[in-house]
Amino acid sequence: MAVISRGFIGRGGEANPDLPAGQYLTADFPVLSAGPTPHIDTVDWQFSIRTDSETLHTWSWDELHALPIEDIHTDIHCVTRWSKLGTSWRGVSLDTLFANVTTSDKFVMAQSYGGYTTNVPLADLLGGQAWIALEFDGDQLDPEHGGPARLLIPHLYFWKSAKWIHGLEMQSQDEPGFWEQNGYNMYGDPWLEQRYW
Amino acid sequence: MTGTSEARDGRIGNWKVGVVTSIRRESASGRSITIDVPGWGGNIAGQHTDVRLTASNGYTAVRSYSVASAGVGDRIELAVDRLPSGEVSPYLVDTLREGDELELRGPLGGWFVWTPQQAENVQLIGGGSGIVPLMAMIRSHEASGSTTPFRLLYSVRTPLDAFFRAELESPSANLEVTWIFTRHAPSGYSRPAGRITAADLEAHGFPAALAPTVFVCGPTGFVETVATALVALGHEPDRVKTERFGGA
Repeated sequence: MAVISRGFIGRGGEANPDLPAGQYLTADFPVLSAGPTPHIDTVDWQFSIRTDSETLHTWSWDELHALPIEDIHTDIHCVTRWSKLGTSWRGVSLDTLFANVTTSDKFVMAQSYGGYTTNVPLADLLGGQAWIALEFDGDQLDPEHGGPARLLIPHLYFWKSAKWIHGLEMQSQDEPGFWEQNGYNMYGDPWLEQRYW
Repeated sequence: MTGTSEARDGRIGNWKVGVVTSIRRESASGRSITIDVPGWGGNIAGQHTDVRLTASNGYTAVRSYSVASAGVGDRIELAVDRLPSGEVSPYLVDTLREGDELELRGPLGGWFVWTPQQAENVQLIGGGSGIVPLMAMIRSHEASGSTTPFRLLYSVRTPLDAFFRAELESPSANLEVTWIFTRHAPSGYSRPAGRITAADLEAHGFPAALAPTVFVCGPTGFVETVATALVALGHEPDRVKTERFGGA
């Protein structure tokens, strides 16, 4: 049984069906990163998908921008309990990027400039569920928020949406990434509150 | 829903019911709160805990707070700053009293932590209530008898805004504390009031050549400024661990 907190009222109000359990709404866009923010020049920027030691699909900044760029309107949920509803992004669908990629592996390790990693099943990157995001709210993505480009997988807790994305590496097994090795859930579904181990 | 998540989160364990044993005023808006949490079982310095409040109508609010204490046992200390638009922090600062029950789940986090086995120099850089996890490291360092050199740069608006002021004004032999006052410095203090700069890090921090592990905790702007300056001073980015707080 929950303990009633004497004198606690909270913001209360109507339960919002768009808000997963344990989350609260914020109008800000809090920044959470494990280390310094890398600053990456788009001239040097590259994104790649590696399927095996011999096969690397790569895109430069310009090559990525030559692909169809989609408008994305979505809610985002951070494991630190803030949620932001109705955010606007622009980016390239992972369906587009995987169109010519052949792999039998079911898992992906996302790798970022600066060394951050996070694991995600391939199935969660396809089917209109994930993007390489280039813009937030009409502007180029700030370095603090993962610019020049970040992964955007809004149906999972936001640590899966790796900032400063550099590449995806296919894996036959689901291996833990950075936060997943440091106490956080392998999958991270906000609607199941899959926060921790 | 909680049933599902608790089963899934077996390692963290269920919500535990703690009892507040004492509350100390740290500043006008800050309180340290000591809680007995049967089953807590101890934590590593730098870890945090979820705190859950439940209203009489069943409405709940959960936030994470860094633990200011470290080591074995079921007694922990939190330190909380009231955020003006916050939902949980005003309750913890203004309403909570000794003897009240509080639900907690943890300890959480395995990245922004320090253990006495670590032998390298440690540079701590805290802004405001960002001192809390660093304080746990300082206490763990002292309690373990570690002779590893520690340095702390602690940025606060004025001396009256400092958390753990008495403790930090008489540091142990292996800890060097440098205060940064951003609004008002005490009279006679050589550094004029102002925000932390690369010059402060260079003058009072361990040089990058010594390859210290650096822990930076504070508001986002503070952490961005400090972490960027550290990298510019030659610190390896993977030796600079950051924890930023936003939200309420």
